[in-house]
Amino acid sequence: MTLVQTQIKGEVTIRGLSKSFLLDGETLTVLKGINLDIRGGESLAIVGASGSGKTTLLRVLAGLEEPDTGDVLIDGAPVHGLGRERAVIFQEPRLLPWLTVLDNVAFGLEVQGVSKPDAAERARRYIRLVGLAEFEGAWPRQLSGGMAQRVGIARALTVQPEILLLDEPLGALDAMTKMTMQEELTRIWHEEKVTMVLVTHDLEEAIFLADRVLVLPGNKGDAIRLIDVDLPRPRDRNDTAFVGYRRQLMAGFGLH
Amino acid sequence: MTYQVSELSGRPQSGPVDSPAPSALASLARRARSALSDYGLLVAFFVGWHVASVTGLLNPAVFPPLDRVGQALWNGIASGRLVGDIAISLQRAGIAFFAAVALGIPLGLFMGQIRAVERALDPILQLFRQTSALALYPVFILLLGLGEASKVFVIFWATLFPILLATIGGVKEVDPKLIEMARTFGASRLTTFRRVVLPASVPAIFVGLRLSATTALLLLIAAEMIGANKGLGFQVMNAQYNFQIPLMFAAIFLLAVLGLAANWVLVLLQRRLCRWSTAKH
Repeated sequence: MTLVQTQIKGEVTIRGLSKSFLLDGETLTVLKGINLDIRGGESLAIVGASGSGKTTLLRVLAGLEEPDTGDVLIDGAPVHGLGRERAVIFQEPRLLPWLTVLDNVAFGLEVQGVSKPDAAERARRYIRLVGLAEFEGAWPRQLSGGMAQRVGIARALTVQPEILLLDEPLGALDAMTKMTMQEELTRIWHEEKVTMVLVTHDLEEAIFLADRVLVLPGNKGDAIRLIDVDLPRPRDRNDTAFVGYRRQLMAGFGLH
Repeated sequence: MTYQVSELSGRPQSGPVDSPAPSALASLARRARSALSDYGLLVAFFVGWHVASVTGLLNPAVFPPLDRVGQALWNGIASGRLVGDIAISLQRAGIAFFAAVALGIPLGLFMGQIRAVERALDPILQLFRQTSALALYPVFILLLGLGEASKVFVIFWATLFPILLATIGGVKEVDPKLIEMARTFGASRLTTFRRVVLPASVPAIFVGLRLSATTALLLLIAAEMIGANKGLGFQVMNAQYNFQIPLMFAAIFLLAVLGLAANWVLVLLQRRLCRWSTAKH
């Protein structure tokens, strides 16, 4: 253990975390004895087969689920439940259809008691950041899937969280939009200097975005693997080293 | 700032495209065509009635020519007799409807939120709803007398359930994912209710309101036919007894206008409150 205090906020420590659900009278263990340190400002991807518990892990980090045992610490302090230092981006944009883009983005701030004009001003800044300045008066139904997800991302960013939790945020987008959005997320992460925890089933996305990739095993007995992605940014998906990481990750799932 | 749908989605505008220099005549012709396709059948219906009545194809004693109906309507309004009927009918239906709204919406919002309350009350609500309000009218008369109270109450009773059930349904069907989203930003229960549950329920509530408005008029007429000496429903019945058939149709016409007006007001209100929705009304 290091004695030097890190200055970057948004550090997450997970100790002995377990979580199980009751399904048809049977206990289903989803997470078992997870230990993990996420550095402040790091970009961490969590991958794993369906049922490996990656979304559950993210929901526990968000405070949407309580762990059965174990602790989650943020910047050294144990946390229970939801907190303002964390913001969640879901697979669906989850926009409120009766609010314009501007009001949707300002929603998080308004809920947290920021006055309407202040919230709108900050919201505008993030709407510009995700490239939707011309659409702040549009209704959600008028937006494409990629645009709607940008709004969701802007809404999470306006509350200026230390930790951004993303649950397969690009999973519902088409391949082209997805790649553009991955580049956008890299840029946003770089500009906002937040800790980013990303759950994805897309191995290439994990390598493209993350400093480290956490691989959750399908079998609870198997070890959790943590892979350092030592590639300079901006990353090239066709780079030999990139392909090497992809091959390594795929092999872990028995894929070629 | 507003945006057109077409600007964003790239879909072509569905409305007619103006020609470079539309002449006034062409514009007039277009509007006439549009009016004809919208109201042509309605006009044909009235013309057919009138012609059939004048030529004796229909018994003019039962279906009087429209000019006589118009005359009866004018006389009734000018003499103030029908105006009094309209006023009392509006008052009965209005009080009952607004009382049902004032009770039904808050109660529905509450019941939709708390599952235990909803489950406990649901069987009795279903029973009350399925029991025709008119069947209960004699009971209300026994309890409240033959005066205004029983009439207003029977309308209130019948209007309450569509509003209540629509509101409960609206609240229950709010997407839990939106509620979860609000919670992740630290929204309290009350804030979540005010900012998410309530606006999400508005379209469903309007369905109930429009259904209730129709029910209110239906019950109004029935109640006035059974036990009243004033009001449009009474007038329809009374005119028929006295064989004042044009007056009867005048009263029926006024009731139809009342129904259309109520629906129009609600649609307008709904459009204002639900500008975000694509749903056509």
